Amino acid sequence: MISFNLLIVVSLVYVAFLFLVAFAAERRAKRDRGQWLRNPLVYTLSLSIYCTAWTFYGAVGYAARSGFEYLTIYLGPTIVMIGWWLILRKLVRIGKTQRITSVADLISSRFGKSTALGVLVTVLAVVGTTPYIALQLQSVTQSLAVFAAAPGTGWDVTDFDGAAVWIAIGLAVFTLIFGTRNLDVNERHHGVVMAVAVEAVVKLCALVAVGIFVVWGMAGGVGEMLQRIDASAIAEWQPVPHRWVGLIFLSGAALLTLPRMFQVMVVENADEKHLATASWAFPLYVLTMSLFVVPIAVTGMDLLPEGSNPDLFVLTVPLATGNQGLAILSFLGGFSSATSMVIVATIALATMVSNHIIAPVWLSSTQKGAALSGDVRGVIVMSRRISIGVILALGYLYFRLSGGGAALASIGLVSFAGVVQVLPAMIAGIFWRGANRNGAGTGVVIGFAIWAWTLFLPSFGAGAVLSEAVMAEGPFGWGWLRPYALFGIAGLDPVVHTVFWSMLFNTAAVVTLSVLTFPNPMERLQGAQFVNVFENSAGARTWAQSAARAEDLLIMAQRIIGHAEAQEMFRQEAGAQGIDGYLPEVTPELIGRLERMLAGSVGAATAHAMVGQLTGSAAVSVEDLIAVADETAQIVEYSNRLEAKSAEQERTARALREANEKLTAISIQKDAFLSQISHELRTPMTSIRSFSEILREGEVDAEARARFAGIIHQESTRLTRLLDDLLDLSYLENGQVKLDLGQGRLADVLDRAVMAAGVSGDRLVLHRDTSREAVLIETDLERLTQVFINLIANAAKYCDADRPELTIRVLSDSETCQVDFIDNGTPLEADAQVLIFEKFSRLADESKAGGAGLGLAICRQIMESLGGGISYLPGQGGPAFRVTLRQGARMAAQ
Amino acid sequence: MTVPPAGTEPGRARVEYLERGTYRQRRYRDALRILPLFATVLFFLPLFWQWDGLPGVRPSIVIIYLFGLWLVLIGLTALISWLIRFEEPESGRPSGAAGAPEE
Repeated sequence: MISFNLLIVVSLVYVAFLFLVAFAAERRAKRDRGQWLRNPLVYTLSLSIYCTAWTFYGAVGYAARSGFEYLTIYLGPTIVMIGWWLILRKLVRIGKTQRITSVADLISSRFGKSTALGVLVTVLAVVGTTPYIALQLQSVTQSLAVFAAAPGTGWDVTDFDGAAVWIAIGLAVFTLIFGTRNLDVNERHHGVVMAVAVEAVVKLCALVAVGIFVVWGMAGGVGEMLQRIDASAIAEWQPVPHRWVGLIFLSGAALLTLPRMFQVMVVENADEKHLATASWAFPLYVLTMSLFVVPIAVTGMDLLPEGSNPDLFVLTVPLATGNQGLAILSFLGGFSSATSMVIVATIALATMVSNHIIAPVWLSSTQKGAALSGDVRGVIVMSRRISIGVILALGYLYFRLSGGGAALASIGLVSFAGVVQVLPAMIAGIFWRGANRNGAGTGVVIGFAIWAWTLFLPSFGAGAVLSEAVMAEGPFGWGWLRPYALFGIAGLDPVVHTVFWSMLFNTAAVVTLSVLTFPNPMERLQGAQFVNVFENSAGARTWAQSAARAEDLLIMAQRIIGHAEAQEMFRQEAGAQGIDGYLPEVTPELIGRLERMLAGSVGAATAHAMVGQLTGSAAVSVEDLIAVADETAQIVEYSNRLEAKSAEQERTARALREANEKLTAISIQKDAFLSQISHELRTPMTSIRSFSEILREGEVDAEARARFAGIIHQESTRLTRLLDDLLDLSYLENGQVKLDLGQGRLADVLDRAVMAAGVSGDRLVLHRDTSREAVLIETDLERLTQVFINLIANAAKYCDADRPELTIRVLSDSETCQVDFIDNGTPLEADAQVLIFEKFSRLADESKAGGAGLGLAICRQIMESLGGGISYLPGQGGPAFRVTLRQGARMAAQ
Repeated sequence: MTVPPAGTEPGRARVEYLERGTYRQRRYRDALRILPLFATVLFFLPLFWQWDGLPGVRPSIVIIYLFGLWLVLIGLTALISWLIRFEEPESGRPSGAAGAPEE
């Protein structure tokens, strides 16, 4: 038999080893800023505090009593971990961006940094967790008692209740040393996490070692073991559907809401990516932990006498078979499970108690401005230390008062059912912006009340708190309030019964009140921050412009987060604003960031209250919210304007490009025009020069002289006409022409034009409808006549028909007046129809034309300056031009 | 004053069609989201078994089914979690460098 003293020595050595590990981890973390500890393996192992002594010892007992139902405790967390992308990732991200310190802080911060909600959740967590801590103490004393009970140790079993005191004190020392070293929870407890990770390995190894021993050492292999199991009492097990479903839900929800799980999973998380590894590694860990549970249970039931406590098979099976080393390893496994749970749970609860209960009380009890003068840092650290002591003392007290024994054994699930009351508020808080403080608070209170009435109070045993009459008949004989059968529904197992009713009413309260009541601005800001944590990582503005001085803020920050850190933060802020030194401008953004920084130490609600003391403003108001919304709207508008502007610039660029192309084309045209005009001027000049030279030499007869002089005259006339035309065109194009507006009949204008064009009846036959020409018009009649002359003369000149005919057709209605000139020559080609209006364009050969090709160009300019137009009219059987008079040029018909 | 619906923040345009790598990443995430549902349903499956029949359900069958399923789920989660890249922002904008390797 193992000497009991040896066991004590081994335990003490193990504890010393844990202290060393934690100490080394702290030192190492200080040296390389925790890089070494930031790995997914440590993270996953630290999550294993889910497996407490209750699961280490209790799972085997559970399996012996209820078959495979113990698996539900692991299947729920497995499902949640597998779905890490949905919930856990969001929780971790929120925890980081908002510097969340605990479950209570999460709920309080989400619902408007409410102190009341923080207190509520803290109380719930303490009430729900303290019995669980007691359970751990019990399991260690029970396991010690197993060794002591063995013959020959000389110890009395009854002494071991006293051992719990020493265990509690030892745990308190460890937690005080490594749990309150850093005030900023975000800096993480490297020592604690490392020790927990080492303990996770120890307890896994211990259980696996016992498992391997029973499967291969005793049963003789997997096949034989399975046969044994099939032959055992477990073969009679059948799943109870509502328990199976209810417990999987409960354990999954507990993984999210247990204070200690939140501590290691969210608060101590160093990197979101570690979740990706933990998502499969943690289920693998719990699978391994649960794999040998049934074999150990079956072996224990076969091996040990009837009536042995199945909760201790993990210890008693190796002891009964004389494997003392294995028994000690198993003991250390159970010890590790218990201590790691107690340490982390105590840190988590102490953080909550000090941040949500002690700090607010201290803040309100001291004078305004205490954040400046009081020793904040000292107060917080001290309150956390006191909290640790108080919580462990409570656990011990609970253990002593409940008297240990069977009453405690069921406390695991009772505790789970208590802490999951936070779940509806938590899930609604991170996924539903509409969830508000009234709903969350009422939901937690109702759930807490139902849990206390239907599970917690009855768990002390019939007659202990609730009398047997109340249990059987309900209070005051109200049968529908019987603790195990609310509303007379008695078919449910007590735990599932509580979970069902409390979750139903809790969730209903969260939803109903959130729908019916209105949140305050701070809740709405925080709601948006939490729900949309992946969209906007930047903090929301939760402070209005304030009168706080940067110096005051620095002093306060130094007192809470330490001098070096605070000064560094302020220096960086000032640098970001372009200011040298340590005093940045006090902007709402600065205050918001500072508050989040402080929240990492003292929780959101307390940090908010402290900053509020300095800034003096009641944080954000509806007006501020509207101002923020206005700013947002302005930004949207500005961005819209920018977009419009860029579209406009694109349009402008296109217009410029087009203008450039046009300019290039015009430049080419100008060159062409210049060469053309030189040519046009040069031809008559050449004739004039040569003939005038001949005349100057004087060797010509009179007849020739007269002929030459005639030619010279003719050519100079042509030159003059060309220059006149050019001048005319230039005036018209520059808009310099002066219009001489007057009234007249269109018929008169046409008559004058026909006459002036000098076309004789035999050269060109005119067709006119004089009745339609009786239109009074108001325009520059001289200019219009010039256009008509040009058109008629052109027809006379260019018409290539045998019997040239010209039809002048007037089309007029009340609005417009059009005059068509259609001759019976060959119609123009399509490209010529455009070209004909350009300067110097002549289609027929030059001899016939006798002009410079400016006529139609001049016509077009005239008509444009008169406000009308001239165009080629295709499809008339011959060349046809349409002159359109300006709208309104036509007067009432006479 | 109403809160703007998610996805309409200023300067944030939703991207409707993604390049291949980003698209594949989105689908991995979908798979991760739906996996717990399948896990739940399959873990509830033993409730539908014929427990009362004369041969009954042997515990060894329960062990093999539950632990086998458990291992498969762990393997699937490990695979998908390994494939998932974190860098890509959640809502919308495609990121060039963070695209996953093509399958």
